[in-house]
Amino acid sequence: MSQDLKFYQTGTFTVGNRLLDPDQRTVQSSLARDNSLTSGHRACQGCGEALGARYAVDAAMRATKGQLIAANATGCLEVFSTPYPETSWKLPWLHSLFGNAAAVGSGIAAALKVKAQKAGLEHSATHVIAQGGDGGTTDIGFACLSGMFERNDDVLYICYDNEGYMNTGVQRSSATPPGARTATTLPLGPQPGEEFGKGKNVPLIAVAHEIPYVATASVADLHDLEAKVTKAMTIHGARYLHVFVPCPLGWGSASSDTIKLARLAHESGIFPLFEAEHGEITSVRKIRHRVPVEDYLRLQKRYAHLFGSHPRPDIVARLQAMADKNIKRFNLLEDAA
Amino acid sequence: MISQMEGSQAVAQSVALCRPDVICAYPISPQTHIVEGLGAMVKGGTLTPCEFLNVESEFAAMSVAIGASAAGARAYTATASQGLLYMVEAIYNASGLGLPIVMTVANRAIGAPINIWNDHSDSMSQRDCGWLQLFAESNQEAVDLHIQAFRLAEELSMPVMVCMDGFILTHAYEQIDIPTQAQVDSFLPPYEPRQVLDPAEPVSIGAMVGPEAFMEVRYIAHAKQTMALDLIPGIAADFARTFGREAGGLVRRYRCDDAETIVVALGSVVGTLEETVDALRAKGEKIGLLSIRSYRPFPLAAVRAALKDAKRVVVLEKSFSVGLGGVVSADVRMALSGLHLRGYTVVAGLGGRPITQAALTRMLAEAVADTLEPLTFLDLNHDIVNRQLAREAATRRSGPIAENLLRDVGGKSPRTETADKTEVTA
Repeated sequence: MSQDLKFYQTGTFTVGNRLLDPDQRTVQSSLARDNSLTSGHRACQGCGEALGARYAVDAAMRATKGQLIAANATGCLEVFSTPYPETSWKLPWLHSLFGNAAAVGSGIAAALKVKAQKAGLEHSATHVIAQGGDGGTTDIGFACLSGMFERNDDVLYICYDNEGYMNTGVQRSSATPPGARTATTLPLGPQPGEEFGKGKNVPLIAVAHEIPYVATASVADLHDLEAKVTKAMTIHGARYLHVFVPCPLGWGSASSDTIKLARLAHESGIFPLFEAEHGEITSVRKIRHRVPVEDYLRLQKRYAHLFGSHPRPDIVARLQAMADKNIKRFNLLEDAA
Repeated sequence: MISQMEGSQAVAQSVALCRPDVICAYPISPQTHIVEGLGAMVKGGTLTPCEFLNVESEFAAMSVAIGASAAGARAYTATASQGLLYMVEAIYNASGLGLPIVMTVANRAIGAPINIWNDHSDSMSQRDCGWLQLFAESNQEAVDLHIQAFRLAEELSMPVMVCMDGFILTHAYEQIDIPTQAQVDSFLPPYEPRQVLDPAEPVSIGAMVGPEAFMEVRYIAHAKQTMALDLIPGIAADFARTFGREAGGLVRRYRCDDAETIVVALGSVVGTLEETVDALRAKGEKIGLLSIRSYRPFPLAAVRAALKDAKRVVVLEKSFSVGLGGVVSADVRMALSGLHLRGYTVVAGLGGRPITQAALTRMLAEAVADTLEPLTFLDLNHDIVNRQLAREAATRRSGPIAENLLRDVGGKSPRTETADKTEVTA
């Protein structure tokens, strides 16, 4: 793409495919898309993870010409897609355990490497992704993830981050943001919801491993997400993609607001979109129309305690400060010129 | 070729002859020398093509093996003790998925108290996990069992553990006959997976299964182990034809004909027991020995056939079901259902305590006289046990058990005095 395209249909949230040349349109807009996670699965209405997985895996399928194998952690994505004897996956897919998707991916990659060597090839024509939710990635699967990174195994790991353990009934994970209500961080006491000062930023931890490629993406920015997956599939070694996927059930948001919430998370600065290569941040997705964090928070019942009969503007201010810090740290605003 | 070598190095060479595609390594004594040996072969280019992954935990080791096996690779790893327990979730997963991974377990005690020496607590804790478990009596048998294990695993599409006594075998130098590559190739065909992750033919592996089919999936694992009862002797016989020596099989009977007393055991202690039986036979005692070589599947019929004409059975085991007694004994009893034999469980060698021929001879004399306790702990130091129990009865804050016992072994027990004083002043 030589020209830096911008999609200015503000207020509609469409991606403007019809304004583009066919070769620049999204994978999802194409009838030829693989539908790797095909219809009929049991995700909730408005599930951000189902969208994220469909976008990401279809883009990876196109990039690899269908030569793709997926390892999947236990979680919503696994449960809603494969209740025996049905499966929504149209690519070879393996679910082993909650905490080992990255290691299973490493094992598949190792097997493919040996197979390629036996055939006299440098690299296997078949590529590997491993995927899971934030619990399976930032908590229980973290050791295997870090191991896969440090060995630079030839796997793209995709985390679909909905900021909590939704499959087990909305409990707190290390990706749950401060102030958020979950079943294990109730809006009680002086610090309602998740406490400040906890949690971890796995995209930046991935960057610290200095692996070839790390990116964050959002279901609100389909072109960006697909471009990052496509780029990741051109690179060998350990790669990490962290996709922001709102969860209507866990967040207490309207099913119709999934994309809107993902967009507000980016435009408020609360979820920065960036790329990093070998430990250096190489690009960020600028914010077009900056919005206050409150616009993002008010659409979600998990933050309702901040705005009810005992409002907590102090907590909203701290969340705004987090967004402001991201904006400064990643230089997310368009240059004035 | 016959040469003098360490058991671990011999096993490494044996595994290499099986042409593994993916090896996962995480260090834990006493297994470490095996993967070190394999790592050297991969790095040095003598074992190729093969991917050798230094992983971050045993849980990752088994998980990498699962991914590799599902993608069509012949996968191997080795572990022991805490490492085996750390990978338990993945161990059950590998068998549940029906992936023919082969793993060496260099049998070692489980802590606490931490202890690196040999007993069978680790693999026995996994007897119900769905893996087949083969026990080696000697290093030569360990070498031979690994070659059989790959064939057995791949014919059934089920994972196999080869259990060999830590240190006693893994670190022992003895004469080993390492087979040739041509021999192994003629015995072990290339791996042809039953299920494989292949873009040309996409399948979903590891789907959630509810009550409508879960029991059947588990039953199939049992059915395969039942089939293995026929397969294991066949593979052992084929092995004997190809390699010219006997190894493996379900059980091995030693001087059991006309025996009134039969000792049942597994692993390297069988060697010591053979000599003990020989000595007692020389004195006219009608005594024999049954070595269980396949612990899972448990050969109920073969064990029953071997024991049914005896008067008494002594199960000598390096494992212990706390709160009950024997682990292997319970299985042997099941094999003897309806038969009236006198049965003795002897728990021995926990945490590497030597099992001497003298102790075995003493114990068996009591067994033959039927004066042996039904549950006996060979060479247990009752003095320090009783002292600790008395201490706990007398003092609330009696302190860490293991430290107290070690002080008692050393002849001192300052902890008791201090603790007593504390209680008085409090």
